[in-house]
Amino acid sequence: MYVAGMAAIVATMFLALARAANGPTVFDRILAVNMFGTKTVLLIAVAGFLTGRPEWLDLAIVYTLVNFTGTLAVLRFARFGNLARDDRKADRS
Amino acid sequence: MPPVELLLMLLLLATAIVVARLKDLFAAAMLTGIASLLAAGLFVLMDAVDVAFTEAAVGAGVGTVLFLGALSLTSRREKQERTRILPILIVVATGAALIYGTWDMPAYGDPDAVIHHHLAPDLIAETENKIHIPNIVTAILASFRGYDTLGEVVVIFTAGVGVALLLGGLGLRRSDAGTEEES
Repeated sequence: MYVAGMAAIVATMFLALARAANGPTVFDRILAVNMFGTKTVLLIAVAGFLTGRPEWLDLAIVYTLVNFTGTLAVLRFARFGNLARDDRKADRS
Repeated sequence: MPPVELLLMLLLLATAIVVARLKDLFAAAMLTGIASLLAAGLFVLMDAVDVAFTEAAVGAGVGTVLFLGALSLTSRREKQERTRILPILIVVATGAALIYGTWDMPAYGDPDAVIHHHLAPDLIAETENKIHIPNIVTAILASFRGYDTLGEVVVIFTAGVGVALLLGGLGLRRSDAGTEEES
């Protein structure tokens, strides 16, 4: 079970990396990186549970948070081309 | 090395090659995030969860955002340049020297390695008798090398104060925004 789960996750990682490398649009790449983060979370959760250390699940949850915040920042950059500008000003211009 | 870690190393290598070959800098910044996540996964599998978390937060989180912030000040694409041989040779030679350096290290997970026989057995046997803290890592960090940890905290605090001063402080920014809205 451990082998099957790990193999599935690593195979998905290869696919996500291929999409991030080839992705024609910016959003393909952002989605691929976000998915790669999710796969890292799964990797940690599977490794924790199947080696008898379920407390790694807490760690996986914090990784999800980092992944989510990072994706928000990247999307903001892709939309506004800038991280520090005020939303209202960006809409007005 | 277990097969999962071997596969992750392979992915890391593939990511590095793709990053070096990409001309779109936005995509390259995204892929450095992937490389950090892979390194974090490897560290977790090697039981170094604290190092892994630092790698994920700094490399994949803050690092990508900083790269993007720098990108907003420059162009999105790398200038087309012909491949130069000398830098490649230097990088390959440095990498080969580093790999040669690892040959003297004990094998991964080797229980007979020197580091497991120098201080660790004494610490494991004596810590609880000496200072009555059951968690050995906590005891070492907060008691045996307490002054070192205090120094680290002071350095981090100083860095935080420096950043706050450079940014001008929150109060000043709020008053700026207020006057701007009134005008």
